[in-house]
Amino acid sequence: MSSTATAEPAHAHGHHGHEKNLAHHFDTMEQQFDAGKIGIWLFLATEVLFFGGLFTVYSIYRANHPQLYHIGQYFLTWEMGAINTAVLIFSSLTAAWAVRAAQLNQKKILVSMLVITFLCAATFMVVKYFEYSHKIHEGVLWGQAFNPSDAELNHVIEKIEHKGGDPKAIEFLEAIKERPVAEKKDMVAPLQMFFSIYFFMTGLHGIHVLVGMGLIAWLIVRASKGQFNNRYFAPVDSVALYWHIVDLIWIFLFPLFYLIG
Amino acid sequence: MAGEVSLNGSMHGTHDHVGGNYLNATKGLKSWLLTLDHKRIGIMYLVSVCIALALGGTFALLLRTKLLHGGYTPEAAAFIGSSKDYNQWMTLHGAVMVFLFMIPAIPAAFGNFVLPMMLGAKDVAFPKLNLFSYYLYFTGTVMFLVVLVMGGLDTGWTMYAPYSIVHSKTAVPYATLAVFILGFSSILTGLNFIATIHKLRPKGMTPFRMPLFLWAIYATSVIQVLATPVIGILTFMLFIEKIMGIGFFNPALGGDPLLFQHLFWFYSHPAVYIMVLPAMGVINEVIPTFSRKPIFGYKMMAFSSLAIAFIGFVVWGHHLFVSGQSPFANVAFSAITLTVAVPSAIKVFNWVSTMYKGDIHFTTPMMYALFFIYLFAIGGLTGIFLTALPGNIHTHDTYFVIAHFHFVMVGAVIFGFLAGLNYWWPKITGKLYNNKAGVLGSVLIFLGFNLTFLPQFVMGLKGMPRRYANYAQEFEIYHQLSTAGAYLLGVGFLTVLLYLLASLAKGKKAPSNPWGAASLDWQSTSPPHMHNFEKTPLMGDPYDYSLVSHDEKTGGYVRKPGEGSSAHH
Repeated sequence: MSSTATAEPAHAHGHHGHEKNLAHHFDTMEQQFDAGKIGIWLFLATEVLFFGGLFTVYSIYRANHPQLYHIGQYFLTWEMGAINTAVLIFSSLTAAWAVRAAQLNQKKILVSMLVITFLCAATFMVVKYFEYSHKIHEGVLWGQAFNPSDAELNHVIEKIEHKGGDPKAIEFLEAIKERPVAEKKDMVAPLQMFFSIYFFMTGLHGIHVLVGMGLIAWLIVRASKGQFNNRYFAPVDSVALYWHIVDLIWIFLFPLFYLIG
Repeated sequence: MAGEVSLNGSMHGTHDHVGGNYLNATKGLKSWLLTLDHKRIGIMYLVSVCIALALGGTFALLLRTKLLHGGYTPEAAAFIGSSKDYNQWMTLHGAVMVFLFMIPAIPAAFGNFVLPMMLGAKDVAFPKLNLFSYYLYFTGTVMFLVVLVMGGLDTGWTMYAPYSIVHSKTAVPYATLAVFILGFSSILTGLNFIATIHKLRPKGMTPFRMPLFLWAIYATSVIQVLATPVIGILTFMLFIEKIMGIGFFNPALGGDPLLFQHLFWFYSHPAVYIMVLPAMGVINEVIPTFSRKPIFGYKMMAFSSLAIAFIGFVVWGHHLFVSGQSPFANVAFSAITLTVAVPSAIKVFNWVSTMYKGDIHFTTPMMYALFFIYLFAIGGLTGIFLTALPGNIHTHDTYFVIAHFHFVMVGAVIFGFLAGLNYWWPKITGKLYNNKAGVLGSVLIFLGFNLTFLPQFVMGLKGMPRRYANYAQEFEIYHQLSTAGAYLLGVGFLTVLLYLLASLAKGKKAPSNPWGAASLDWQSTSPPHMHNFEKTPLMGDPYDYSLVSHDEKTGGYVRKPGEGSSAHH
């Protein structure tokens, strides 16, 4: 900066050299914060478009094979999805609370809110683990690997009967029992596709949750060292925004797979 | 002055060497590989994209050599490679040129170097992210080299399913991962530039007082941020498809190959504008500087960049006219595509109007800018042939299409890139090059380019299909002309390489502002100070050439003192 710039009173140079978190190419903390804010929102836009490609795939195949989304839904346990939805919505609250705590210099609340958010994310992944491992065990898998066990098919048929019955769906599932499944290509292909899309979308979302857990853990370490305060809380803010988009994507995934058949 | 900069220079760790320029401020390999300086990162990109250009060009020469003779014979194959080799060269030429050269060339190399300087800023908004983007690009490039070793790629750069997922025996998974990683490099660069333009503009530089290069980069960045994630997820799907058999695009598993094409072109059409818009941005700087006249129609230039970026998102279906998509979609995409002609034509008219009654200097960058207008006009007009449905069906998948997009897109990038390289070379290196050699190089490249691609229009109209290793005898003369042009093009590039290397070795020292340009980047020394400006630059209209006057002592131009305000942030 030039000497004329320093002499100019309107120019907020007072903090230079004192703000240890101010990068050299910014003039004020506000400017740095605003730039970061633009950055993280643009990143969220890329996330929306990233998942947008997958929602397109979902919509196309749903429009082409609505009946199989209807059957595919019975293979999923909506109760588990609902628990996870609740957990994530709650974790969004604690993430937002963490930002507020950082802004108010409340170190203890900040750390505990971040820890709660982390635990919620971990709970989500544990529930997901039970869901996935059950499906892998019963052969309810993607594409070529789709080969559900008789026990699982019977369980799903029971579920449908319990709901008042759907003769066409039951007939279809009974037909799958005659193996090998791979020989009924035309028939099971859309169901294979349903689980391809299910695993791809929820899997990619799960990866985002894991990344989020890493970021929150990083924040916990920094927050417990007292590195955030009312003048410097951009990392908490950005990670919280990221965490909200991860929640938001799940809020779309849950009804699209588990509820609307 | 410089001392104060160092107070906050801790991120660079270079503040002990205040006073040096960015090239000699710190030394050693590590000071380059871990640099956070946008100028050094820009140079790393510049060197990388030039290597990619040489690699892609080599594949082009190989495939053009293969096409010297029609009539496939085993003897010929032994001499110049089989059809399989041809498929690989054709694919790798396209993929390397698109993903490794044309997309990053101007925004990542010149955008990085020039954008903060045009704003009078010290760096981009996120310097660490910037370095990370470079390493993503580097990783993607290395993965493409791995592809070469792992059996190449024969799918065409478009990697259409189901061929790529079911039949191709080549290294498709590596290539898809490479594109995925390169995509993130592109996204993060765009994100960085948008934040920089929004938050690091000096006080008083309103959006409409920015150099138009920044508007072009801004429009490009918007496309990079909003379109690239879609090819990111698509290549990821293709990768998972290949290793897990999920069947999204495999008809045998209920998948739909047409969906692949839609998702692919949803990115890859806007990507054309990721390549062309920055080139237009360079031309926006070069033409007024060397006409010594303000740019004609500034606001229309700015808005037309945004219009091109916006329309670019809703025209992708014109790549699928013969794919079996609905006639209604064909008509709609055809009509929307035609509207791209409007903002594009505005730009051409404004460039020409800028030169009207100007004091035109035929320097090397200006030569490239003039050639750019010619190539872009021909490329754009033949685009209208292709947008019209009947014309498209006649010329679909022929050399006419190849010639069209080489004129409009490749011509734009190559000539825009070379215009920018010759324009900013004295600023980047601090050395002047021989202008006569520069003009000679530009003429050779221009002649080579036309000789390569004009015959392709003709043979395309006569029915020569694209991507074929073999052809009927009647096309031989056109192929031979085209191949001769490709060699001439190669000679032109070598000329450029030689005189630029010569200028590095023994070029005259460049003054701060050798061209008399009025944008802020020229107020730094050549090469610039490590923090860009030793004195806060004086702001003014970036196209007001009365603000600079010729200086006998240095042979360059200097900013007249006392006019305009300091570019404070």
